[in-house]
Amino acid sequence: MKQSSLMKVAGVGALALSLAACSGGGTPAPAPSQSESAAPQGGGELVIWMDQNRADALTDVVATFEEETGTTVEVVVQDFDSIDENLTTQAPSGEGPDVIVGAHDWIGKLAQNGVIAPVELGDTAGDFQEIAVNAMTFEGSTYGVPVSIENIALVRNTDLAPEAPATWDELISTGQAAVDAGSAEFPLLVGIDPNNADPYHLYPLQASFGGPVFGINEDGSYNADDLQLGNEGNVAFAQALGQWSAEGIINPNISQDIAKEQFASGASPYTITGPWNLSAFQEAGVNYAVSEIPSAGGEPATPFVGVQGFMVSAYANNPIVASQFLTEYIAGEEAQTAIYETGQRAPALTTAFEAAQSNEDVAAFGEVGAAGVPMPNIPEMGLLWEDWGVAEGQIIAQQGGDPATVWTAMADKIQSSLDG
Amino acid sequence: MTTTVSKDSKATRTRSISTAPPSMKVLAVKILFLAIVDAVAVFAMSMLFFRGDWLVLGIVAVTTLLVNIVYLSPGLLPGKYLTPGLIFLAVFQVFVVVYSLYIAFTNYGDGHNSTKEDAISAIVLQNTQRVEGSPTYLVQLVEGPGGLGLLATSPEGEVLVGTQEEPLQPLDPGAVTLDGDRAVAAEGWTSLQQQDVLQRQQEVAALQVPLSDDLADGFLRTTDARNAFVFQSVFVYDEAAGTMTDTTTDTVYADLGNGQFETEGGEVLGTGWQIVVGPENFLYPFENPRFGGALLGVAVWTFAFAILSVGLSFFLGLFLALTLNDPRMRSRKVYRVLSILPYAFPSFLSALVWLGLLNTEFGFVNEVLFGSANIPWLTDPWLAKFSVLLVNVWLGFPYMFLVCMGALQSIPEELTEAATVDGANGWQVFRGIKFPLLLVSTAPLLISSFAFNFNNFNTTYMLTRGGPRMEGVTENVGHTDLLITLVYKTAFEGGNRDYGLAAALSILIFIVVAAVSAISFRQTRALEDLH
Repeated sequence: MKQSSLMKVAGVGALALSLAACSGGGTPAPAPSQSESAAPQGGGELVIWMDQNRADALTDVVATFEEETGTTVEVVVQDFDSIDENLTTQAPSGEGPDVIVGAHDWIGKLAQNGVIAPVELGDTAGDFQEIAVNAMTFEGSTYGVPVSIENIALVRNTDLAPEAPATWDELISTGQAAVDAGSAEFPLLVGIDPNNADPYHLYPLQASFGGPVFGINEDGSYNADDLQLGNEGNVAFAQALGQWSAEGIINPNISQDIAKEQFASGASPYTITGPWNLSAFQEAGVNYAVSEIPSAGGEPATPFVGVQGFMVSAYANNPIVASQFLTEYIAGEEAQTAIYETGQRAPALTTAFEAAQSNEDVAAFGEVGAAGVPMPNIPEMGLLWEDWGVAEGQIIAQQGGDPATVWTAMADKIQSSLDG
Repeated sequence: MTTTVSKDSKATRTRSISTAPPSMKVLAVKILFLAIVDAVAVFAMSMLFFRGDWLVLGIVAVTTLLVNIVYLSPGLLPGKYLTPGLIFLAVFQVFVVVYSLYIAFTNYGDGHNSTKEDAISAIVLQNTQRVEGSPTYLVQLVEGPGGLGLLATSPEGEVLVGTQEEPLQPLDPGAVTLDGDRAVAAEGWTSLQQQDVLQRQQEVAALQVPLSDDLADGFLRTTDARNAFVFQSVFVYDEAAGTMTDTTTDTVYADLGNGQFETEGGEVLGTGWQIVVGPENFLYPFENPRFGGALLGVAVWTFAFAILSVGLSFFLGLFLALTLNDPRMRSRKVYRVLSILPYAFPSFLSALVWLGLLNTEFGFVNEVLFGSANIPWLTDPWLAKFSVLLVNVWLGFPYMFLVCMGALQSIPEELTEAATVDGANGWQVFRGIKFPLLLVSTAPLLISSFAFNFNNFNTTYMLTRGGPRMEGVTENVGHTDLLITLVYKTAFEGGNRDYGLAAALSILIFIVVAAVSAISFRQTRALEDLH
């Protein structure tokens, strides 16, 4: 392991010096792990960074692993969204973990920074949902064991809209009829960030106009050299978005929170959202059903599918144990089911996925996700979100003139930063 | 800290019990503490020695020596008090500044995350891929005279053995011990137990056993010490030439001094490394006029924001303090408590609450106060600036109120009385006596408050994230961005995190704040001279 010696100056210097300053007020050695004495001798210490939810879910699995291998596992709970950044900055100094839980769309960037190592799933790759393994693959290597799959879908209030809409027009007319009848306030709720619209929640509609973001290579991976964001279908989507905004179907002032709150209070027959909001709807007593998003532009309205999984640090002190933990425990049904039960997102392991089908919501979201596309995990994707969202925000707020012009300018700008 | 305490107790003791030998106990305690410190330092140094971290080792050694000299030698009394503080100062202030300065001269950021060696191993590792459809070998790690090796059982039941240097060789079935399908021991080789494997994980993970003398056939590698697959390296590093070769296309990537492997044609491998790039980051705003212009706009707004925030909240606070200090005012305590309330909430939470209040369609402000008007508080450039200021003044006035109230109450009542006797009216008393006296005690606080608001990240970031965005600039710069939020966005958000540029920008901020503070403090001294 290479050390960044300057960082070491800070760390060790602070340690030794603060001790000197306090005249021996503290103990230098890290607290000895409690299970060390009980475990069979020889095992290394595996450090895992997880968010609280998954750490809770995996308590038993980790305990089993410790017992069977004699390894001491130290679970460090972190905020999920900051794990990638912490790994990027801390791993090269040798202070990082062996294993992290992460989202598949971090992979390109993490690999570019050289902080994650490929994991060979071997023949077990076939035991997972195909989309999950594809999502975890970047430039031909698989970077982790997938655990859960999430995506958005159309959630409808069955009291206001008993039947799933077959077409976009049907959705709009049902929604509008409910508004006209006074039983609802909004024909449809799509949560939007006031500063940044929300390309993720709007993507299914965009895709239905034949508007992907990147072209696809022969092996199914995204081609960073082929930006499709400015293509004809996408421009058509931009125009439709402008029109929906003018008609009040997409409202720039409805944030994610407002969308959730309003749908829970029965103010709209439809919302486009993910499984993370279902518990709020259940608590509010809304009768809901989950179905696919109808196509607005003629082609299937495929949402982005996000996959979460466990990855191994390229700077892991215990690469072999880390690999064993992933391929034998995290890839096992017990772990996958445990994570599913706390998170309500479809498990990536096929057998666990099938068992989870008994839950109607998971089955419905899973079905929509199976037709979806993985969110691009190439590092270039990071250059898109901001401009893309701002352009959508402008169109929805009816600023900047003709939607097509706004959209094309955005695509050109992204193209130039990709080239640059 | 403990030493200070022991010093004190020593002083008391010598005074009260003059018969006892004065410093024996104290000396013992001192030696004990120093021994602990030294033991820790020696432990740390031995760890550093094995890691080969010579720079840090040297620093720790010198510091330890210094600490021992200071505390063991008689005299040097000031040193005994100052040393801990100086050490903390060095670690937490000087080091941070020096390190930021160093980063500002590097290309540290996405794609340039670590050293060249790390980049090379990352590229090679990431492009070591399993040969499609290659079978799974069951392996047992073994050790022979040639070093660590793999005892592999092929799916057909053939048993082979090899090391990094010697390609796989078939073994005579008679010389092999089987456990089920898996060969677990062979004559002439020592099998490694699980715990041995765990002790040598790095070695095992790096082990590549060639299938044959021809490297192009690939090699066996295991990631879990139980199963192995045939891998091939797509990228090969040529140590002599310092180049990276893509074996599938025979493209050669060389290090042209830009912290990355690139071809003459400009094709770049994703993973690069950190290098010192000189003043490039400082020159960036000048070389990109659009970004430079936006940066200038942000700097002007940052000044305006800081000055207006301090000024408005100060005058609002002062006004309230004057009003609520007036004995004729009833229920003053209730009003005072109400005025301090905004101070009691964490500022980022308040900002989030305001974000909701200012929502164009659903916010309380538009809905209730303006009769369902759709005023775009946060999305119009000027209104957004106004909103950020409004929220920041709301957050800041209780502090000014408290400060002014304290300062007002400390002004002797006699002065006011004397002035009134001389025939001054209320306004004249305030202008001629109270206000100047008030400024003497509050001016330094106003300056520090300016410095705080100059870097007031919370309000801006939580409320608008710097938006609405400026048009015509490639970088993500918004109309309400302060320099500090711009630095944050450059460093941690968007497509390419650029710590080097962010560090350079933060150094520019540091210079501005330092200069403004220095000038202001000089002015304050003039104010005190007046007094």
